[in-house]
Amino acid sequence: MQISPDTTVIWSWGVVNLNLTIVFTWAVMGLIVFCAWLATRGLKVHPPLSRWQNIFEAVVTLMRNHIREIIGPDIQRYLPFLGTLFLFISVSNLLIVIPEYRPPTGSLSTTAALALCVFFAVPFYSITGHGVWGYLRHYIQPSPLMLPMHILGDFTRTLTLAVRLFGSIMSESMIAGALLAIIPFFLPVVMKMFGLLIGQIQAYIFAVLAAIYIASAAGSHRAHRQT
Amino acid sequence: MDSTTIIGLGSMMMAGLTMAIGSIAPALAEGRAVSRALQSIAQQPDEADILSRILFVGLAMIESIAIYCFVISIILIFVNPFWDKMSAGG
Repeated sequence: MQISPDTTVIWSWGVVNLNLTIVFTWAVMGLIVFCAWLATRGLKVHPPLSRWQNIFEAVVTLMRNHIREIIGPDIQRYLPFLGTLFLFISVSNLLIVIPEYRPPTGSLSTTAALALCVFFAVPFYSITGHGVWGYLRHYIQPSPLMLPMHILGDFTRTLTLAVRLFGSIMSESMIAGALLAIIPFFLPVVMKMFGLLIGQIQAYIFAVLAAIYIASAAGSHRAHRQT
Repeated sequence: MDSTTIIGLGSMMMAGLTMAIGSIAPALAEGRAVSRALQSIAQQPDEADILSRILFVGLAMIESIAIYCFVISIILIFVNPFWDKMSAGG
């Protein structure tokens, strides 16, 4: 049984291997860009709005509300990064309804790349907002004794972000494959529906955790004052 | 019993034991967290949004322990490093 779509190489040239993960990642990215192009083609202020504009406005409004509750009123700085994370994971988990599709989030390379983006985005947002000193100060925030814990936490939370998403999506597809041998026709459908739910929850959790990490490094004093 | 059999037996048994023992604590913890969150939502329905968000984040934290166990047992079964070494060495 294959664990991840990394092992299925469909085209190889020298050291360049084109595996299923890369193919489906680009397919998901292309689909998102195409849908966004469809939605923003004829933007209108007054109703009747187009269907695409309605659904995208609902999604963007939801994300803006969450970012305002977690980080603060400076939504437009964080919306591109966090919204992209959520949309990519959500769409790539949603497309498992298509046969022969392997979610790229079920591969440790994809999830590690996404977690590394969060790992570097945290100091980026903090330094551009508060300067280098403001970022370094949060390491000694309650007391300097907490410095090793903060440094350790930076690495362990990147690891948990990657492994949590990978483990959930990979286990879902493996369990569906294993149950196919026991009760075919019925149980895989139920497990697929359960997998859709799990995928959306994992996308939500990934984005919310990234927002919480960014908010914690951007200065807990500021976040507390606004809530 | 040669070493290949010992490695296979040990890997299989430990994969099952890892899942069995490692899922006890997260299951208990998630049950406690959900029951307390439901109590809080029943007492203060206005705060249901923020409570459910914190509940989801907390559940994800707790569940990551169970997912570590799962990944370790998957490694033991499918990509066991000792098994590969044995079969490569003959």
